Amino acid sequence: MLEKALQGNKAYWGWIFTLLVLIGIGFGFYVYQLQHGLGITGMNRDVSWGLYIGQLTYMVGIAASAVMLVLPYYLHNHKAFGKLVIFGEFLAVSAVIVCLLFVVVDLGQPQRLMNVILYPTPNSVLFWDMVVLNGYLFLNIVIGWSVLHAVKKGTRPASWVKVLIYVSIPWAVSIHTVTAFLYAGLPGRYFWHDSLLAASFLSGAFAAGPALLLLILMVVQKVSDLKIPKEAIQTMTKIITYAWAINLFMVLLKIFSAFYSQYPSKMAGFQYLFGGAGGEYMQLMPWMWNFVFLGVVSLALLVIPSTRNNPITMTIALVMVFVAGWIDKGLSLVIGGFIPNPFKVHTEYWFTIPEFFITVGVYAVGLLILTILYKVALGVQREVAT
Amino acid sequence: MALNRRTFLKAAGLTTLAGVAGHAAMEFLAPGELEAALSSQVGAFPEALTAQRWAMLIDTEKFTTMQMYQRCIDACHVLHNVPDIPGDQEIKWIWTDSFKHTFPDQQHGLLPERIKHQPFLLLCNHCDNPPCVRVCPTKATFQRDDGIVMMDMHRCIGCRYCMAGCPYGARSFNFWDPRPHINEIDPYYPTRMKGVVEKCTFCEDRLAKGQIPACVEVSEGALIFGDLENQDSEVRRVLRERYSLRRKPSLGTNPHVFYLI
Repeated sequence: MLEKALQGNKAYWGWIFTLLVLIGIGFGFYVYQLQHGLGITGMNRDVSWGLYIGQLTYMVGIAASAVMLVLPYYLHNHKAFGKLVIFGEFLAVSAVIVCLLFVVVDLGQPQRLMNVILYPTPNSVLFWDMVVLNGYLFLNIVIGWSVLHAVKKGTRPASWVKVLIYVSIPWAVSIHTVTAFLYAGLPGRYFWHDSLLAASFLSGAFAAGPALLLLILMVVQKVSDLKIPKEAIQTMTKIITYAWAINLFMVLLKIFSAFYSQYPSKMAGFQYLFGGAGGEYMQLMPWMWNFVFLGVVSLALLVIPSTRNNPITMTIALVMVFVAGWIDKGLSLVIGGFIPNPFKVHTEYWFTIPEFFITVGVYAVGLLILTILYKVALGVQREVAT
Repeated sequence: MALNRRTFLKAAGLTTLAGVAGHAAMEFLAPGELEAALSSQVGAFPEALTAQRWAMLIDTEKFTTMQMYQRCIDACHVLHNVPDIPGDQEIKWIWTDSFKHTFPDQQHGLLPERIKHQPFLLLCNHCDNPPCVRVCPTKATFQRDDGIVMMDMHRCIGCRYCMAGCPYGARSFNFWDPRPHINEIDPYYPTRMKGVVEKCTFCEDRLAKGQIPACVEVSEGALIFGDLENQDSEVRRVLRERYSLRRKPSLGTNPHVFYLI
C-alpha cells in the first residue's frame, strides 16, 4: 500500500520537499548539538528541561486524543467517524514518533539510550513512559495498517484487531497519565505536584488533539477528495468544547487552592508565570496572558451554538484552542515547574536558534510521516470508492 | 592410577555440577550471603573507612572567614576535576549561599545578624529516601548500604530527570565538554564527558583509601563526618549537644547533612 505515497501532483512533492529541507536543517543543527553538547540550548542548571520536553508533553496528548475518535466509533458505533478513525490513528502514530524523537534529542548521551532497556528500572516513571509510548506506537501502527488493509480488500478486520482496538482505548489514557506522573511525583516541585495533573493533561489533550485533527482534515479536504461528514464535525466540536471547558476549569481549581490557602510555594509558580514574579522576570508573562485570552475567547466561540457551527468562527476557535494548548503544555508547564528553583531564586529560560530549528526538524519528521500515512489512507479510500 | 579421558571428563563434569548446584542452593536458601561472606573476607582496601550510615555536620559557628569556605570548595573541586564554567550552565559539587536561599521555608526578616549575612555550605544531602535515585531510569544514580548516593558516569544517559527530582539543587549537568574548563587535571580522579550529570559523592574514593572527605580535611574542624548509626561517634555526640537544622525536612527525603546553628 505504501506505493500510493509515491504518486502525487506538484503541490504534493513541493510539500514533501519543504519538509525534507526542514528535516535537513534540523539534522544539521542536531549534529552541531551532538558535537558541542546541550550547552548550545537555552537550558541551564536551574531550568534543566526546556522546549524539547515541553513538545514531548504536548505531543503525548495529541497522540492520546485519537481515542476521542476510536471510542465513539468502536464502543458507541458512531458511524459518522467511520472514515475518519484511521486519520486519528495515523495522527497518533506520527505524534508518538515525534515524542520519542524529542526524548532522544534531549538526551546528553543519546548513544546510551538502550541503557533504559539494558538496565530496566521499574521505580522510574521514565522507564514506564518508554514502555507505554512504544506500546501505543505499536498498537496504532498495527491497528491502522490492518484496518486499512481490510478496507482495501473489502473485508472486515480480523477479530484480533478488534481486541487490539479495545486495548488501545485505556492505553491512550495511560500514555498521558504516565507522562503526567513524570512531573506529579516529584517532591518540592510545587507547580507540578498535583494529584490531578494527569486528569488536567487528558482534558487539555482531548480538546487540543481533536482540534488539530479537525484542522488537518480541513486542509486534507481541500487538497483531496475526502469529505468530512457534517455530523462528524458536530460531534468533534462538542467533544472539544466539553474537554476544553474542563481543562480551563482545572486551571482555576489549581489557582484557587494555591491562592486561597496563601501557600507561598504553590503561589510562586503562578506569580512567576502570570505576574513575572513581581515584574522582574517577564519572559513567559505575555504568553500566559495570551493563553488566558485565547482560552476564554475560544471557549465562548465553542459554547455558543451559532459560532460553533459556523465554519469560519469554528476554525478560529480550533486554532485558538491548539495555540492555547501549546502555550499551556508545550511552553509554560515544563518551564514553569522549574521557576523559581529550589532556592526560591528565579533563573529564566528561553530557547536558542539551534534548539528552535531542531524542534522544527523533529516536527517536520512527524509531518512527513503523517503525510505519507494520510496519502496511503486516502489512496485506499479512493480505490475502494471507485 | 591412570586417568583416562572419559573418567576425567566425568569427574570434571560432576565437580562443576556440584559447584553450580551448591551455589544455586546457597542463593536459594540464603540469598546474598555467599557474596557477603566472601566480600567481608577479601577487601580490596583493608584500610578503607566504613560506616553503617555516613553523615556530615556543618558547624556554622566555626566558619569565621570567607577563606574557610573557599578552602573547602577548592579542595573538593580541584580534587574531583570539577570544571570552572561561568554562567547558569555551571558545575558545582559544593558551594555557598545565604540562609534565605538555603532554608527558604525557615527564613524571616528578624534573624540574628550573623545568620542573616553568613554564607552556608551546600552540597548533596545523601538522603535516606533520595528522589534522584527513585526517578533515574538506568540506575546510573544509586544508593550504597552506607547511605552514600552515587553516580555511575558511564551509565548516565543525560536525561536530567534526577535534576528535576532533586529538591536541593545539588546536581549539575555537563552542558559542555568539561575538560577545557579544568585548570589543572588531577590524574588520580576521572574527568567527565559532556552530557552526564554529576554531584558530590561524600568522597567515596577517599573513604576507600582510608581518608576522610577532602572538604572535611581542610575545614579545621568546622565540618564533622562520621557514622550516624554509631552511638559513640563524634557526629552523634555533637548532635546530642547542639541544635541542628536540615534542609526541607518536610519533603520526606531524610537528608543526612546537618547544620549546627
